[in-house]
Amino acid sequence: MKPSPWVRMDTWLRHFVPFSVTLLLLLLTAVPSRFPGFAGITPMLPLMGVYYWAIYRPDLLPPWAAFGLGLLHDIVSGTPLGVNAMVLLLVQGVTVSQRRFFLAKTFLVAWWSFALLAGAAIGLSWLLVGLVNHQPLDPAPAMFEYLVTLGLFPLLTWGLARTQLAFLKDV
Amino acid sequence: MRGKQSGAVGRLATIRLLAQRFAFLSLVAAAFLLMILGKADIVLIERTRTMIVDGLAPILDVMARPASAIAEVVEHVRELASLRTENARLKTDNQHLQHWETVARRLQNENAVLHEQLNFVPDPDPAFITARVIGDLDSALGQTMLLNAGSRDGVRKGQAVLSGESLVGYIVDVGDRSSRLLLLTDINAHLPVMLESTRTRAILSGDNKDRPKLGYIAGNPNIQVGDRVVTSSSGAAFPPGLPVGIVASVADGTTRIEPYVRRTELDYVAVVDYGLGGILPFSDKPPPPPPTRHRGGAEN
Repeated sequence: MKPSPWVRMDTWLRHFVPFSVTLLLLLLTAVPSRFPGFAGITPMLPLMGVYYWAIYRPDLLPPWAAFGLGLLHDIVSGTPLGVNAMVLLLVQGVTVSQRRFFLAKTFLVAWWSFALLAGAAIGLSWLLVGLVNHQPLDPAPAMFEYLVTLGLFPLLTWGLARTQLAFLKDV
Repeated sequence: MRGKQSGAVGRLATIRLLAQRFAFLSLVAAAFLLMILGKADIVLIERTRTMIVDGLAPILDVMARPASAIAEVVEHVRELASLRTENARLKTDNQHLQHWETVARRLQNENAVLHEQLNFVPDPDPAFITARVIGDLDSALGQTMLLNAGSRDGVRKGQAVLSGESLVGYIVDVGDRSSRLLLLTDINAHLPVMLESTRTRAILSGDNKDRPKLGYIAGNPNIQVGDRVVTSSSGAAFPPGLPVGIVASVADGTTRIEPYVRRTELDYVAVVDYGLGGILPFSDKPPPPPPTRHRGGAEN
């Protein structure tokens, strides 16, 4: 039996949740934080969003969506165009290809794999921006950003899991 | 029959997989292409970029407000904690400044008299726009901020951005209702400056660290830690004498400047129009033709 238009629209809207949540994470990182000591340290929240949805709902955050989010990131943050687009796209691709491995494993394994992947991602964006600017960047802020991102991973994964349960349990 | 069907399904799946691979690879290629094209300052790309930021500006503006309020509360609590020491510091500061006020008043009078005697042409009063910081992302890869004022408010590319009296950066991108501020610490920021006491000229270059460095220092001056650094008139970018920072370290031939304004302190900034060309000579309008000179009828 064909579902009613309302049900279809509901499903359709729910399918937008992963993209919108990741977009929200991106906008959140852009909010100026004026806490002394945390100045300008922006955890890579969109990276976590892409990682999570690539494992649990790769159908709802396809490569082009990761690409688009990355491009938007570049536009908002003023990094050279294409850098974050490339990085998020590769993170999505690598995670989806290793999806079976992640699904069966414990949280700690997911955290550990994220640590490797995020390290590679931040390293790559650091390298690409340095290349585009024709001079190497200071690695210290990137390292710090990486550590803050890792520290926030459990909290964010919990939030994303709650979101998934709330909106995407049956669809 | 069934074998044929599953064969067809299998083929279809292979084709789909290949299509997916192809799409993925084309996206990677697109990202590469963007990196190269973005470097070439293509007008269309730049315009699209500012248009998207313009579209996002109202959302970012709304999101920045509660963050700003929270930061204010935190700041209040911190201030309360250090009230006593702050008070003591301000008292000594005040004594010090009162002395300077007397000196400044005397110099002001003297200056006014000298101006009159020399028929000095005063600097025009600059027009300014106060804008709020609405976006601040990725300090590790670049030091730019989004402001909630754009061309419709009178912001132009290359204008100086001040916080209080000190220079914090300049405008690099202007949209309709938003603009991008490049901080002095950004890797792409270069600025003609001079040491106030010796009038030594140099170029201040950011490298994404908190303290930008001084390069191309004219002559071989003796630079001391604590020397004040102000903008110079070289390149006619900014009016000379805007405070930038103080020399923080001189080591291994690298001189680093501590800017007067820290990144965290930026909430509202002033975008100032001095009527000069600005540091980026590429404005929307071509430069005005040089004024025709009248030399007392010498041409007749």
